[in-house]
Amino acid sequence: MRTRLVTVLLALITAFLVIPGAAATADEQGGEALHGQITQPDDRDLGVEGIEITVFEGDDEIEAAATDSDGNWEVVLPGPGDYRAVVDQESIPSEYEVRETVLLVGGEAEVTVEADERRPLIVALDEAGTAAEEPEESESPAEGDGAAEEDEEAAADDEALEVEGVSGGFGDRFAQLTAAGLLFGLVIAVSAIGLSLIFGTTQIINFSHGDMVTFGAMMALLFSTGAAGMGNSLLAIFAGLGVAILLGAFMENRLGRTLLIVLQWTAVFGGIALATLLGVLGDAVEWQVPLWSAAAIAVVMGAVLGGTMERYLWRPLRKRNVALIQMFIVSIGVALVLRHVLLVLFGANRTRYAGFQVQELVHLGPVSMPPRDLVIIAVAIVVLVLVACLLQFTRIGKAMRAVSDNRDLAESSGIDVDRVTMYVWLLGGGLASLGGVLFGLNQVVDYEMGFRLLLLMFAAVILGGLGTAYGAMVGGLAVGLVAMLSTLWFPAQLMNAWALALMILMLLLRPQGLLGSRERVG
Amino acid sequence: MDILMILAEAARSAVGPVAAIYALAAVGLNLHFGYTGLLNFGQVGFMLVGAYGVGISVAVFDLPVLVGFLVGLGCALVLALLLGIPTLRLRADYLAITTIAAAEVLRLVYRAGFAEPVTNGVYGLQNLSSGFREVNPFDAGGRYGFGAMTFTGNQMWLMTVTWGLVALFAVFTWMLIHSPWGRVIKGVREDEDAVRSLGKNVFAYKMQALVLGGLIGALAGAMLAVHQGAIQPDQFKPQVTFFLWVILLLGGAGRVFGPIIGSMAFWFLMNFTDGFLKGLGREGLLPFLEGPDYGAIQLAFVGLLLVLLIVFRPQGLIGDRKEMLINVK
Repeated sequence: MRTRLVTVLLALITAFLVIPGAAATADEQGGEALHGQITQPDDRDLGVEGIEITVFEGDDEIEAAATDSDGNWEVVLPGPGDYRAVVDQESIPSEYEVRETVLLVGGEAEVTVEADERRPLIVALDEAGTAAEEPEESESPAEGDGAAEEDEEAAADDEALEVEGVSGGFGDRFAQLTAAGLLFGLVIAVSAIGLSLIFGTTQIINFSHGDMVTFGAMMALLFSTGAAGMGNSLLAIFAGLGVAILLGAFMENRLGRTLLIVLQWTAVFGGIALATLLGVLGDAVEWQVPLWSAAAIAVVMGAVLGGTMERYLWRPLRKRNVALIQMFIVSIGVALVLRHVLLVLFGANRTRYAGFQVQELVHLGPVSMPPRDLVIIAVAIVVLVLVACLLQFTRIGKAMRAVSDNRDLAESSGIDVDRVTMYVWLLGGGLASLGGVLFGLNQVVDYEMGFRLLLLMFAAVILGGLGTAYGAMVGGLAVGLVAMLSTLWFPAQLMNAWALALMILMLLLRPQGLLGSRERVG
Repeated sequence: MDILMILAEAARSAVGPVAAIYALAAVGLNLHFGYTGLLNFGQVGFMLVGAYGVGISVAVFDLPVLVGFLVGLGCALVLALLLGIPTLRLRADYLAITTIAAAEVLRLVYRAGFAEPVTNGVYGLQNLSSGFREVNPFDAGGRYGFGAMTFTGNQMWLMTVTWGLVALFAVFTWMLIHSPWGRVIKGVREDEDAVRSLGKNVFAYKMQALVLGGLIGALAGAMLAVHQGAIQPDQFKPQVTFFLWVILLLGGAGRVFGPIIGSMAFWFLMNFTDGFLKGLGREGLLPFLEGPDYGAIQLAFVGLLLVLLIVFRPQGLIGDRKEMLINVK
């Protein structure tokens, strides 16, 4: 088998070595060019339109290009050689100026382009007059500290979360950032409970959990801004899957095996057929709900997504005795698929939930927050208390904790481990979706938001103790507070780095986490 | 759509500079995962320090490119030690989370505002390859090869060096694995406690493997820097590590030629799907997709490939199924 595969591969490669005339493709497709993207200094995702760049060879002008609405520009060159690119100072908006670098002096750059090279040329903009402001900062250090903080926040890019405009003395900023950290921590805790419970019951480190968070946020966005063809289709598919899972969970012992399987697949394919129909109908069936009910739909869909993955991916893999490390790698694959399917469906834009952006601040002592943040905190606390009650007082909650504690012992005590695992995935998926909605309400919704949150969720569950639900709550709060409070002394861009550093420190000192038991770590 | 042209272009990329660089990094990862069983999900971190070792030395301090390589290797050594001391005693999945977190922290630090005087922040560094190209024995403007396999002189020089390094380290790996040292690290992969009971210092062996693989990864990063001539921190996202894992698993972990075959096959498939999708798009067969979506579909395809490989063929193209069935602890 192996030799055959290799032979086929080698044969394929050698076959295309000898195709004549293909050498011309390189010139047709590539050729020499200079290109780049000019972005706004305060938000690197937004381009600056209309900046003109002219390329000279010696003294002869070759071509001029202007940046488009995304800030991209490209000049196609006649061939390899030395060129001089000149940025037209007149075309730059007056609030910006070109940053001087080694290569780019006075808006001019000398570049050498090789054959077939599409060479990037970096042209960076700064806020005009930043150079003049610097002396002021050194003159008044007390004020300068705050100003530098503001500056850094302005320069903070997509990686750093937005910190509400924090000003005033140290005490005020401390209080404000503590509140922000509490909020962030609660969001992390809500999302991370599922991750921790899933690890506890199945020993899978679910790398796709972050993308389940994104899924929730995207779904809420879809249904709150108007669901037409795509929304209806997705809803139909998930309804079919949901029915199939529920049949499996509740009817397993009451129906015959064949009938059950037939019913399940009927539900799944019925959902797909309905989805196709609704997709064809498109905008004819259009509807829109307020954000809270869109969030409820998103939570249900997130639960179905979790359940589907458990029923149709993880359970078969467990039955095949696939090793845990392999499962971990599979979950990375699932994460990549989920993330990029969402990217194709919804695009790479960063959006916010409409209607909640500009709000009057509510002042509570030293802390002022928009009402939406207060709602987030309230919802998160209520949900966390409910989950704690569920785990503490209900039969299924106790079963979850039992399976999480010792799978084999639970199974031999008569607990239906497969069913408990299914409930855990449903709960985890739903909570991840809810976390996504809350996170998106507080920040922005984009396709990578879940992945950014994922590492912080890992930090939270490791800090609290892998496999314990309460550990995820405690860890989430700690991670949120550390991340936000670090901006008191350190640049905002590094806030996530501090949270991850805290995780590494925890692994050094107490690898089982705050609430974990010792034997978990080998 | 000219399917032969797409296949030819894909075959060209399978031996091109990028495939060589990824093969080199995957050789390092093979030493980690394939032989020692370390779940290193932060290989891109080693590439990053290697690339920035060259970048900062050449672009900021005007040092020769060879010194840059040494700086990059030194940084990788330090990184491996810093990463290994706290985490190598932990269970494998903890190691995975810690390494991916460490690589992300590195990227965040290199792109942060306060590091801008040295790293130039999100813009990265440029003009890095002139020193490397000065010693190019090929004619820089000339074209080499035949048929579809045509490369410029600069590409030829880079490919010669990188594939040379790949071959060197493949031989090195083969020799290591067939030495007493190699038997011990394979033993660590199979059963750590058994090796410990033989009186071996498991931690030291794991650390040596981590350092060696990390140095190879850093070398790949340095080659990436001289290949592109410009580096930005955001090209060292965790996706690169995932690509390396797909390459390793596709080729076959725990095999000397696994990462090499894997890298060629992976880049062949990547460029083929890219060309194929673009071709279909030009024909107007994909009306509901726009240009930027093709990249996303490609990455979703990588994810699917990872899942299918693990489920149906965990040993990859040339791996040994028995070697991949073990459960790393």
